Amino acid sequence: MNLLLIILAPLLTALAVLVCRNKEQVKWTALAGSLAQLILAFLLYFAFRHEKESGEPAQMLFQQDYALFKNPNIHFHIGVDGISVAMILLTAFVVIAGVLVSWNIEKMTKEFYFLLILLALGAYGFFISLDLFVLFFFLEISVIPKYLLIGVWGSGKKEYSANKLALMLMGGSALILVGILGLYFSSGGSFNILQLANTNIPGSTQNYIFPLLFAGFGVFTALFPLHTWVPDGHSSAPTAGSMFLAGISMKLGGYGCLRVAAYLLPEGMKEYANIIIVLSAIAILYGAFATMMQKDLKYINAYSSISHVGFSILGIAMLTQTAVTGAVMQMISHGLMTALFFAVIGMIYDRTHTRMVAEMGGLMRMLPFISTVFFIVGLCSLGLPGLSGFVAEMTVFMGSWENTGAFYKIATIAAAMSIVVTAVYILRAIGQTVMGPVKKESFLSLPDAKWNEKLAAIILLAGILAIGVAPGWLNDLLRPETEQFMHKILGVK
Amino acid sequence: MPAIIYILIPFLPLAGFVLLGLFGKKYFKSASGWIGTLLMLVSFILAVYVAYDYFSATSIFPRNVPVKYTWLVFSENISIDMGVLQDPISMMMIVVVTFISLMVHIYSLGYMKGEERYPTYYSFLSLFTFSMLGLVLASNLFQTYIFWELVGVSSFLLIGYYYDKPSAVAAAKKAFIVTRFADLGFLIGILVIANTSDTLDYNTLIATLTSTGSEQASSAAASTFLGASALTWGTALIFIGGAGKSAMFPLHIWLPDAMEGPTPVSALIHAATMVVAGVYLVARLFPIFSINTPAVLDIVGWVGAISAVFAAIIACTQTDIKRILAYSTMSQIGYMMFALGVAGYGGESGLGYTASMFHLFTHAMFKALLFLGAGVVIHYVHSNDMKDMGGLRKKMPVTHITFLIACLAIAGIPPFAGFFSKEEILLAAYNGNTIIYWIALITSGLTAFYMFRLYFSIFWNKPYQADHHSGHKSEGGWIMLFPLLVLALGAAGSGFIPFGKYINTDGIPLESHFHLQFSILPVALGLAGIFMAMWLYKKQNNRPEKLAASLNGFYKAAYHKFYIDEIYLFVTKKIIFNLIGRPAAWFDKNVVDGLVNLAGNTTTAVSESIKKLQSGRIQQYAIYFLFGAIGLAILFIYIWK
Amino acid sequence: MMQPGLYHILFISTALFFIGVYGFLTRKNLVTMLMSIELVLNSVNLNFIAFNKYLWPHKMDGLFFTLFIIAIAAAEAAVAIAIIINLYRSHNSINVENAEELKY
Repeated sequence: MNLLLIILAPLLTALAVLVCRNKEQVKWTALAGSLAQLILAFLLYFAFRHEKESGEPAQMLFQQDYALFKNPNIHFHIGVDGISVAMILLTAFVVIAGVLVSWNIEKMTKEFYFLLILLALGAYGFFISLDLFVLFFFLEISVIPKYLLIGVWGSGKKEYSANKLALMLMGGSALILVGILGLYFSSGGSFNILQLANTNIPGSTQNYIFPLLFAGFGVFTALFPLHTWVPDGHSSAPTAGSMFLAGISMKLGGYGCLRVAAYLLPEGMKEYANIIIVLSAIAILYGAFATMMQKDLKYINAYSSISHVGFSILGIAMLTQTAVTGAVMQMISHGLMTALFFAVIGMIYDRTHTRMVAEMGGLMRMLPFISTVFFIVGLCSLGLPGLSGFVAEMTVFMGSWENTGAFYKIATIAAAMSIVVTAVYILRAIGQTVMGPVKKESFLSLPDAKWNEKLAAIILLAGILAIGVAPGWLNDLLRPETEQFMHKILGVK
Repeated sequence: MPAIIYILIPFLPLAGFVLLGLFGKKYFKSASGWIGTLLMLVSFILAVYVAYDYFSATSIFPRNVPVKYTWLVFSENISIDMGVLQDPISMMMIVVVTFISLMVHIYSLGYMKGEERYPTYYSFLSLFTFSMLGLVLASNLFQTYIFWELVGVSSFLLIGYYYDKPSAVAAAKKAFIVTRFADLGFLIGILVIANTSDTLDYNTLIATLTSTGSEQASSAAASTFLGASALTWGTALIFIGGAGKSAMFPLHIWLPDAMEGPTPVSALIHAATMVVAGVYLVARLFPIFSINTPAVLDIVGWVGAISAVFAAIIACTQTDIKRILAYSTMSQIGYMMFALGVAGYGGESGLGYTASMFHLFTHAMFKALLFLGAGVVIHYVHSNDMKDMGGLRKKMPVTHITFLIACLAIAGIPPFAGFFSKEEILLAAYNGNTIIYWIALITSGLTAFYMFRLYFSIFWNKPYQADHHSGHKSEGGWIMLFPLLVLALGAAGSGFIPFGKYINTDGIPLESHFHLQFSILPVALGLAGIFMAMWLYKKQNNRPEKLAASLNGFYKAAYHKFYIDEIYLFVTKKIIFNLIGRPAAWFDKNVVDGLVNLAGNTTTAVSESIKKLQSGRIQQYAIYFLFGAIGLAILFIYIWK
Repeated sequence: MMQPGLYHILFISTALFFIGVYGFLTRKNLVTMLMSIELVLNSVNLNFIAFNKYLWPHKMDGLFFTLFIIAIAAAEAAVAIAIIINLYRSHNSINVENAEELKY
């Protein structure tokens, strides 16, 4: 399969959106484009499996390499492994759901969809890049649309949030850029991930490049204490913006931490693993406790994202094969789950015009579909078996516990404690919004979900259930990659 | 036997859940009850068939795994498998679960008729039955945990069935969170055990850990943390999970509140099946508890005994009939727990294990019957409170007789079912731990007392005052009475099943001995309790008030459930919310976010303060330029020569 | 009569320079300021010529530079006066204090 299709599809969609004449055309073009992306993602998945099953030994499949510059040595080099395929699938799911829930955007529809698809383009490009410079380029492509999406179509203190988000992410990018240049020069002039993985970079050099890269990607993935763009950014962003932000953009960071920081700098990773474990364990518990105090649905989900993303960082830092697999699963699971969560919050907000938990109540009566989805996604968040969150979290726990030593056990127990706190805040939110007596007379006539909203929710739910009910396929996809990853990090052949 | 039969037993209810949940509301609103019941009936028949086939095949019952599907692989040996484990207790449990569930399904056809969310109710019931069957059939420790959680959530859904009632929502939340807290223990226990024994499969797990020479057993016993071996920690943590689900002291607080759910739900979930999951879990891992970690088994015994007497005392003072039954459930599960706790492995000493499972079986019958009977009463009176009842024996004869049978059964009066199972438990306790034996004796007297207090207050006492705002006055039709009769049959007769032959610790059939002189004391205590209740509650009089007054402080404490709820409330509301949650939110908003904002504000402030230099006056610029040039000249000429 | 030496000329040119600078910094009239700039430029011209004559009498570089500067100064004066006239048209004044919009 030609990987260029994966980035051509969103690019063409974005351009096609620009030449559309009216809103209807824009929407249908965007939908068709995102559907094409979804189909391509599935094709990629099956093609990938086919190649792997037929015994293809290469680490990265479907590679293409075009030299862009001789000096500095930049190539447009793309290729995928199991982790990127999983990420591309996630992106495709979130994109189509995001397009569907934005169906009623009235203000500058064309620009909105253009930016949305552009953001997706950045994400797709990021996941398939094998050249650090190109990877960085796509990362930056995905930052700018966020600023505009929040600043123009946002709500609340949107200018503040947009500035904060863009500045923090740009700060992160700056760190990443410095880190990438550090890699380039210490490896004798290569941006190629595959080459860098086989280059021996001295431990002392790794020790100062690693924190730059990890902190940089950490900003994207909301690593404590670099997470504060999350609550404000999410709460001000339009629904699809929040979905993309949490579902895709935070995953760019996680993927970067894994693929760039940890994979290319194993010595640095081992050096800093304990610090990262402490930070992520704090993030998990602290995020959960902070969520307990929130009153706004979007803030609840934003803080709980901090807590959930902590699991994927924890998994990476635990450095066992199972834990790293769990970390990637958590990224996928959280991406789907949180996108759906934001979609549902958006649907509720569109109807009740409030996001305050205390002002709602008994929505089950008027909005059975939305409420049921809300309920299911809440259960996914608190790790109910049969939904994706459980699989990912349990895999992280199992992997973390494999480490010997009280430190790792305590960190795991601390992380596991969050499942209780999560239950507390999720049930509080559900109990006060979906259940309970109806608080406002005007709510009684609210209409339930429309076709586009239903379709968006069903698509994401299908993803959540596909992982939750039968996690085997995802596990099989990721395990060979994480095994290879562990070999590289631990130096075992 | 083809594997599909095993699979169908849990999957038929699952099909019911999906079918009714997705399409029930739109396409078959009124037929959904019958669809659910029909699927349940098929599942029950299959379960009986499978169990019959298993028990009649041989006299020694092996542990088979006829179905196994690898669900998620963690490492070479550790994986989550979805499978069916066939052994005496799982076979007994599927019969109990499908039977009680079928009875509740039938009963609900009448009880829930005309409810707005009738299909939803049946789909939840089916979901619960599916999860419970998955739990009892689990062949893998993690599979148990998965279905354990699913049972928890179906319990949440059913308790919160009347979702617009704030008290129901609160009760559902409480049940879920308290059990979740206990499940944390379960989860960590699983991690510990998986790590030390390198497997999650029950068969392998029990085989490797209990064989004394095995590498895993010695390493599990050796590695210590705070003075106890890793395995001790593992089993103790797993027991915490079991204690949470089984409402053992002090994790019992959710059970009385869970009575907010519809009464048939209480009968199914909070009396007969889900709450015994903890007992079942300990029984499932009994060889490990008994051989590897006897210390934890002692804890199990003591927790069971304390819960038994604690709940019995509270039950004597409550007036809400469903709460009384809830405390009684807790007390009876305490019996099952300490029966396991006093049991040993192999031969006669394994009597407690047999007795526990036996009691689980008989208790399911008579407790479901009690709840369903109470449901009929509540349906009739439209109140849960004992004070609104009385003199109902003429109005509802069938309910009266079946309720009486159940009360006699739970009080341990021969020849009803409870007598046999309780005798075995007491005998096991007598042989195992004398203090627990005496606690159990006292509890059995108390049990007889509060059950008959309930019985006399509902059916005798003052004559019934018909209240005016309820139109229909009947017992609720045969559809509701039929399950009562079937269950009454079970409550009366199931004691004669020779349980020891089928369920025992080591596969050698256990003869149940009947010691006449041994049973005199408990039966006499039971009768004393009944007469005491009769004296106090048969006719309306002021003796109960006087008695309560004479026990003033103690009575008050028991009436307020010994203030356990208040303690929990204090810990959660005052300590967790105020000392952890609020500071965390404050810290995030002010310190972490504050630092980011500080960086932004500093930048703004600095640029604000130096922007005046850019005044727009050309002559000013020229002066800066001049001095700059002079300064640079000085610098280059004199300083950096 | 004493032949004027390099130092005399340098003294005059320095004086001229600072007079020009002073004028540029203190006068508010843009035309006067332009004249002050001419003074500064001329002081530089004087320097070039003086150095050329006294230090490298066989070369012509200083003279060339001077010619350049004179040419550029003429062009500059033309541009500056055009700006001043434009300013006068829009502000009705050629006071430098009035032309300070271009700031933060």
